[in-house]
Amino acid sequence: MNYLSCEVLVIGGGPGGYVAAIRAGQLGLDTILVEKKSVGGTCLNVGCIPSKAIIHVADEFEQAVKASKGEAHGYSVKDPVLDLVGAMEWKDGIVGQLNRGVEALLKKAGVTVINGQARMRDGKTCSIAGEKENTQIKAKFVVLAPGSEPIELEALPFGGNVISSTQALKLEELPKRLVVVGGGYIGLELGTAFAKMGSKVTVLEATDRLLPQYDKEIGTAVTRQLKKLGVDVHLNTYAGGMNKKGTALEATGPDSKSFTVDADKVLVTVGRKPRLDGWGLRELQLTMNNGFLAIDEECRTSMTDVFAIGDVTGEPMLAHRAMAQGEVVAELIAGKRRTFEPAAIPAVCFTDPEVVSVGLSPEEAREAGHEVAVGKFPLPVNGRAMTLGAESGFVRVVARKDNELVLGIQAVGKNVSEFASSFALALEMGACLEDIASTIHAHPTQGEGIQEAAMLALGHGLHI
Amino acid sequence: MGVHTIKMPDVGEGITEAEIVEWNVSVGDTVREDDVLAAVMTDKATVEIPSPVEGKIVSIEGEVGQMTAVGSAIVSIEVEGAGNSPVEKAPPPPAAKEPPPVAEASEEAAEAPVEAAPAKAEPARPAAAGPAPAAPRRVPATNGPPRPEGERPLAAPSVRKRAMDAGIELVYVRGSGPAGRILSEDLDAYIAGKAEPVTSSFQPNNTITETKVIGLRRKIAERLQDAKKRIPHITYVDEVDMTELEELRHHLNETRRPDQPKLTLLPFIMRAMVKALRTYPKLSAHFDDEAGILREFGAAHIGMAVQTANGLMVAVVRNAEARDIWNLAEEAQRLAAAARDGTITREELTGSTITLTSLGSIGGIVSTPVINSPEVAIVGVNKIAMRPVYQDGAFVPRKIMNLSSSFDHRIVDGWDAAEFIQHIRRSLETPATLFMEP
Repeated sequence: MNYLSCEVLVIGGGPGGYVAAIRAGQLGLDTILVEKKSVGGTCLNVGCIPSKAIIHVADEFEQAVKASKGEAHGYSVKDPVLDLVGAMEWKDGIVGQLNRGVEALLKKAGVTVINGQARMRDGKTCSIAGEKENTQIKAKFVVLAPGSEPIELEALPFGGNVISSTQALKLEELPKRLVVVGGGYIGLELGTAFAKMGSKVTVLEATDRLLPQYDKEIGTAVTRQLKKLGVDVHLNTYAGGMNKKGTALEATGPDSKSFTVDADKVLVTVGRKPRLDGWGLRELQLTMNNGFLAIDEECRTSMTDVFAIGDVTGEPMLAHRAMAQGEVVAELIAGKRRTFEPAAIPAVCFTDPEVVSVGLSPEEAREAGHEVAVGKFPLPVNGRAMTLGAESGFVRVVARKDNELVLGIQAVGKNVSEFASSFALALEMGACLEDIASTIHAHPTQGEGIQEAAMLALGHGLHI
Repeated sequence: MGVHTIKMPDVGEGITEAEIVEWNVSVGDTVREDDVLAAVMTDKATVEIPSPVEGKIVSIEGEVGQMTAVGSAIVSIEVEGAGNSPVEKAPPPPAAKEPPPVAEASEEAAEAPVEAAPAKAEPARPAAAGPAPAAPRRVPATNGPPRPEGERPLAAPSVRKRAMDAGIELVYVRGSGPAGRILSEDLDAYIAGKAEPVTSSFQPNNTITETKVIGLRRKIAERLQDAKKRIPHITYVDEVDMTELEELRHHLNETRRPDQPKLTLLPFIMRAMVKALRTYPKLSAHFDDEAGILREFGAAHIGMAVQTANGLMVAVVRNAEARDIWNLAEEAQRLAAAARDGTITREELTGSTITLTSLGSIGGIVSTPVINSPEVAIVGVNKIAMRPVYQDGAFVPRKIMNLSSSFDHRIVDGWDAAEFIQHIRRSLETPATLFMEP
């Protein structure tokens, strides 16, 4: 047995864990990070980053296909061929580069990284089963960042042709027919990418609209474009099991009628759940909140000096939330006064068109008891959007009617995920409509739509 | 089409003008016969003016609060048929004052919320160092408006971090920025102790509310102003031992017949006043100072101050000299109830010759009553309190009450005033005498 001790022990090397560890190290705290696989977590290894790489390949390939059909503007290509293996290699290269980058950052910050499955014995003690030797760590402070994992459907266990997003990002052969179970952002991002690469994609969604975490206006805009891509969308539809041969999925539609969809692969993306097993939650007996670890505004669990951050602490399960929490916790441990109370956590979705949302939708704002002023600017009339070939999308600003404080901003359109920075900045700074309307936005950019939406909410749009 | 003009009606004897207290219609409204057009007030009665015809209001004259002479036109109604007045060439266009300027103002406010936001325009404070910046700047921010309850403090991340490092909770800091945003300067001011804490219950309230003084309140104001201006008041206070009278009153209340009213102090004091007035008749009088005539009344019409929801009224117990205690009590109760529910008549509110005012248990120890002009005397009743009184070599507890009374010093000499009150005091302290005639 190898005995170690430290000030800060971080369990899990995902975006939350590695940021907490780097910041703790920067602040001079003796820090150990324990990670079972490779640092970067779901986000870097099997989530955000690899999926964006594949989406990029899909976008380029789709453009090439269009050009081969004479649908491109001013050029043509002949018979483009998809090389999915090559795409995966490129993706793995990016992931590997980032893995090494994170490792280097941890090292630079003086963090000790231990590979293995951590298991908490009590609030100060953790044991790690290694290949040759076991390690026991005594720590003053513990940061739990175990993350989350895909939810498995009972009737559709992962295995064979039933895959999770993790396996979808490792496919070396393009499925001819891909069925996506669950019309949330993960399913739609991947579904869209596979459709663009040439799969026949069918989406089954149990509720009455796609992207149920966003408001209806956004869901509708994305659904319209999906159908243009040739994706079949079945709403109010529940997935059953695979047929005996494993070549088709059984499903029940809105009229309770059963039907089957032929499928080479079935991608199940019905959500993610906090990872609660394997790291010793039972030994700690922490208070739970709706299935997640309960934390306060300082990310403290019910046990003294045991913090928790990231997906294991609840929605929204987003990498940037975990990172921000990780930074807060490290600074708290270093003796600073910090809380995790952001004005807004942006959410982006890399469908086609892309979606970005920060703060409250008009409906949520009204439900919160505000009288609301809404300005919505259609992006297709924006010059830059036209030169990008964008056919749909909008920017929508939601503000309080009384003092014009901006409560939320959303956008749908090409490349609008980059708007997240300026939206979040507006909300964090406590911007009023006039602050956005009076800020000069560069021409020609789609960002002008943000300014116009604010003007519209003030009652005087310029270019509309 | 014709125009029917409605004039300020003659609403009471000898009334030459009346105050418009309420408009029930505005220009452009269609009215039917008997719809109420306006309410006007004369002296102390309010009268509604119904429409005698059906038609459309084309003009109204006079604002709420304006005194209008009886007989002057107040409303013109366009009617079918001839009407009662010659159709004039288009009356001055009412449009000018019709849409109130409020709409415009609020639109402006919406356009420029930033200018509208700072509640008080403080002169810019001298900057901490260096000359004032050339460009116009926001007034630095020691005094942003307080945040409505339950609202989260709004601040940029940099300000939040500074506050946290300084150990300051932003809920206690006022924001002077747009939408109440807490600026870096606000935090500086808070740290320097120059800011108003947002949640302190000791907050300056610099609001000013303007209310047009109309109706009964205006009447009261005018009359009291007139009384104080004309009459040189002399106020005289003495204490009365009410112990025995209180015993008697309790006894009478306990043994009264079911049809008899409960007795308060007022009927006893009225009775004592009546008896004193027999000796000092010139205190039940009106002094017409313009004519230079003192009108002495044989009767004691005792005015009785009654507090109503709208303000003070003086109801009159007529011929108090002809009423016994029970009857005085009954009449006082009836009048007070009528005054409070608004059914009191003009007659019941006029004609008093001397006034009695009492605030009951909150009557205090001394007051300086204002004479109900043109009367010459007013008797004020303060509260009864158990007090130690030195009597026969020992302190004994007695129920003591002060009478604070004012007199018109032009008519009543101090001596007479004192004698009058002493007479009342003696009657009250020896209650049996109240019931002896004469």
